[in-house]
Amino acid sequence: MKRIRNNEAIPIADIPKTSFASFLDQLEEVLDDSSEVLACFVANKPAKTGNEDLELLTLIGCPATNDIAVFRCDLASSYPALTCRWPQFHLFEREIAEQFGVTPEGHPWLKPVRFHQVWQGSRDAWGRNVQQHPLVGDMEYFQVAGDEIHEVGVGPVHAGIIEPGHFRFQCFGEIVLHLEISLGYQHRGAEQLLSGGPHAATACQMETLAGDTSVGHMSAYSQILESLSGQQINRNARALRVIGLELERLANHVGDIGALAGDVGFLPTASFCGRIRGDYLNMTAHLCGSRFGRGLVRPGGTLFAVDEALQTKLLDVINQTTKDTLGALNLFFTAPSVLSRLEGTGAITRDNARDLGLTGVAGRACGLDTDSRRLYPSLASTAEHPLLCGETGDVFARAHVRRLEIDAATAIVRKKLAGLTSGPLKENVNPPRPEMLAVSLVEGWRGRITHVALTDGQGKFNRYKVVDPSFFNWSGLAMSLRNQQISDFPLCNKSFNLSYCGFDL
Amino acid sequence: MLSIVRERLRQGYRTSSFPKTEPVLSERFRGLPHIDRSICQEKCPDCGLNCPTEAVSRQGGKAVIDLGRCLFCADCSACSHGALSFTQDYRLAVQTRQDLLLSGEILTLAKALEKEMLALFGRSLKLRQVSAAGCNACEADTNVLGTLVFDLGRFGVQFVASPRHADGMLVTGPVSENMHAALMSTWAAIPSPKLVIAAGACAISGGPYRNSPKVHNGIEDLLPIDLYIPGCPPHPYTILDGLLRLLNKRK
Repeated sequence: MKRIRNNEAIPIADIPKTSFASFLDQLEEVLDDSSEVLACFVANKPAKTGNEDLELLTLIGCPATNDIAVFRCDLASSYPALTCRWPQFHLFEREIAEQFGVTPEGHPWLKPVRFHQVWQGSRDAWGRNVQQHPLVGDMEYFQVAGDEIHEVGVGPVHAGIIEPGHFRFQCFGEIVLHLEISLGYQHRGAEQLLSGGPHAATACQMETLAGDTSVGHMSAYSQILESLSGQQINRNARALRVIGLELERLANHVGDIGALAGDVGFLPTASFCGRIRGDYLNMTAHLCGSRFGRGLVRPGGTLFAVDEALQTKLLDVINQTTKDTLGALNLFFTAPSVLSRLEGTGAITRDNARDLGLTGVAGRACGLDTDSRRLYPSLASTAEHPLLCGETGDVFARAHVRRLEIDAATAIVRKKLAGLTSGPLKENVNPPRPEMLAVSLVEGWRGRITHVALTDGQGKFNRYKVVDPSFFNWSGLAMSLRNQQISDFPLCNKSFNLSYCGFDL
Repeated sequence: MLSIVRERLRQGYRTSSFPKTEPVLSERFRGLPHIDRSICQEKCPDCGLNCPTEAVSRQGGKAVIDLGRCLFCADCSACSHGALSFTQDYRLAVQTRQDLLLSGEILTLAKALEKEMLALFGRSLKLRQVSAAGCNACEADTNVLGTLVFDLGRFGVQFVASPRHADGMLVTGPVSENMHAALMSTWAAIPSPKLVIAAGACAISGGPYRNSPKVHNGIEDLLPIDLYIPGCPPHPYTILDGLLRLLNKRK
């Protein structure tokens, strides 16, 4: 085991490689009540054909020490599932099983994640034909039996303008006993496309891993390349990244509260916020020409300068927009008819949130301190972030945390905008160093974005792992529906507002 | 109640007067590409060399930009001599794949539907939206047309919840293998005659995921397309402009 900081790169050789048994012993020592499973994946070597020498990489976030423990060990074609002991591993183990045909013995919920063929080898964890693309959604769903039980299936294509996914509700009357969410419809093979990179299309793929989190994922990728080359970016470029991230947070949080208002039939806030979200997106467009921040962030810095005129203009716009936002939010959070629909709906306990590794707004709404800006400050980071949490873990708490974060993000944008000075925008980034591992954690608007890169002997990506916050949080949505009315599903869903393609990659 | 009315008065009427007046976009907005012919040399070997989607190529000595592939990158590297730039022109929607190949100054924008189709859909067009591995940017900037700023309903266009209620389909995303069947079923469920709109580089050509073994490079080979809307993602006004041209509400 080796401890590293956020945005740090180390030679792979510095991480001692152990047996699986000794990995388990070390894991036992590191994992405590506050630690988070950041990533767990097979660092595959495409050159080799069989599945004989798989190597498992595990990254555990340790908030107590503000660093990340990296483990490297051998992995056999079957092994005792980690999920049984630490539930946060549950999706990572399913993912590994799907990609490499490795079986985690005793896994309580071993089903495909994205429905694709194995990446290498000739073994499928479910005994399917490895030569054929599996049928998406073809798996055994959990079913509740009984005379008065009925099942409701929704999707993949949904009723609105939204990404596809399949939901199955097991209902007793109006009450949902269990919701199972089966995704994979959006799978574009993103991680595999990154192998052997960076390629010409890598940057645009990063900005579209989850298109509403372009700045988040691009920041993580840029920081990976910067740490792999051993470079630091200048103060202005750092500030602009923060501004981009916070505008992304503002646009989405405001939009989400508008969507919640729409779902409870409170139309004033629904229509105000729908427009105000666009005002934040347009601020990002003033910076870089794209409402989604495409092109704002690049490895080495940023492409766009902010001169005094633009600085003044943006400060004016944010002042006006903040007024409109607060007006819309105050109406929403003071209307008793709204609050009675939010309070107690879709609640998740703190223990469940911890077990599932919920991140971002969803985790903080349950009272967990999950802000990676607080927990894993990078070497260059100097900013301090307050702990913004809810308590009740319900739709209200998720809306409330968003409201707190809207205030905090507004203050950050104002401060960073005012502090911009003229200076260089971007430095040329040297090619990545060979045989290195780099990790970058970015607190995107949905939660923690984790990128991990391993380079080969030529400095190309041997493996690039992406963990979008939605990877953890979809399980939270499923859990929040337990014993709720099925008619509350839209409200619960909006209170999470998760990414399908960020999960499906 | 009074506080709601007060807030409504304070926030004011915010629906844009488009298409009567042109929208004001950000100064850095990247619209219709422009090739500076004084720089672009006939036998230049570097044409489109670093373009991530191979959108720029040389055809018959002339540089041609395929708007169906172009991602409008801020750091466009397709011409290392600086002949390529982006204008502020947001009007990009066209009717044929061929029209997306831009070699001169003028883009042949979409024309109104034929008489018979226009009589059916000109005053009321109901669309079903299918995201087939779209990243949620095209989806979000389509969804935004429903907000009070754009107020799509005033043009008689509406996104509906069932293909049975629809006159056409607006597709986003490169079409993942896993969405292929659902996309085709949705298309089959829409009563004829029907329209297909490809919104965004992914739906037209695969976009950044072009040639990934897990995607179909958009709907070009799968469905007959009536309107192509380029962009990554297209600006809401680009989408709206395209829809209005199709419905003969803008020329």
